[in-house]
Amino acid sequence: MKLIRWHRPELSAWPGFGRISNLREEIDRLIEAPLSELARTSRLLSGWTPLLDLHEDKDNFVVKIELPGMKKEDIDVSLHDGSLSVSGERKSDEKFEGADVYCSERFFGHFQRTLTLPAAVAVDKIKAQYKDGVLTITLPKAEEGKPKQIDVQIG
Amino acid sequence: MKATLEKETTNNHPVREEYVAPSVNIFETKEGYVMQAEMPGVGKDGLEITLEGNEITITGRRIPEIVAGEALFRERDNSDFRRVFELDPAIDTAKISAKIEQGVLTVTLPKSERVKPRKITVD
Repeated sequence: MKLIRWHRPELSAWPGFGRISNLREEIDRLIEAPLSELARTSRLLSGWTPLLDLHEDKDNFVVKIELPGMKKEDIDVSLHDGSLSVSGERKSDEKFEGADVYCSERFFGHFQRTLTLPAAVAVDKIKAQYKDGVLTITLPKAEEGKPKQIDVQIG
Repeated sequence: MKATLEKETTNNHPVREEYVAPSVNIFETKEGYVMQAEMPGVGKDGLEITLEGNEITITGRRIPEIVAGEALFRERDNSDFRRVFELDPAIDTAKISAKIEQGVLTVTLPKSERVKPRKITVD
């Protein structure tokens, strides 16, 4: 049997107040939340989008992508028409299937990220390494894509 | 005017440590709790787990990355990870263990024997 205090409906507070203070809290939260927190929110709406960085130096493009808790075999890296695609699936732990869940913030399931490389790369020399949950892909530039220095003789 | 502006810019950059909260999953079983925290870029050496009173603090420092050249595209945050959790008094703090695998920290927090459910045989 439940004992719930009975509320006289006409005495309850005007609902508008609650809504306004909620809005106020929401605005405060948005202002105070750091940018990364907002990125997290958009990630919630769109599923799992692993974060990535792209660096370029004279000889290589280096892509770093955060994929914590994966198995090497579950990550696919492919190159097609100058666009690099990283995809895979992160499987949830089966041993916790029956357990009570207190907090569930991690994403599981399929992901895919594709980016177009700014220049041609030597397809046969691409290397990838997976360490501490970060996948590093090194893509050496193709000879024709490298900037060339031409000595011009001025007569 | 210029002086004020300069003063403001210096004041806006206080030296402080910035952390991001790792995403976590927490499960409870009969034996205890298991917490998984995502800390990509953190190795065993960068981990610090401290117990104080009824709180557990997990800190993960990323190995500083040196990538040659210029960044064309950046989404990743280089801040270190930190998060504090309150412990259930049922946890046997002497038996807490932790491991990190591919950027996921797993902390196992067993419950002490006296609170574990058990069956009593009737004579």
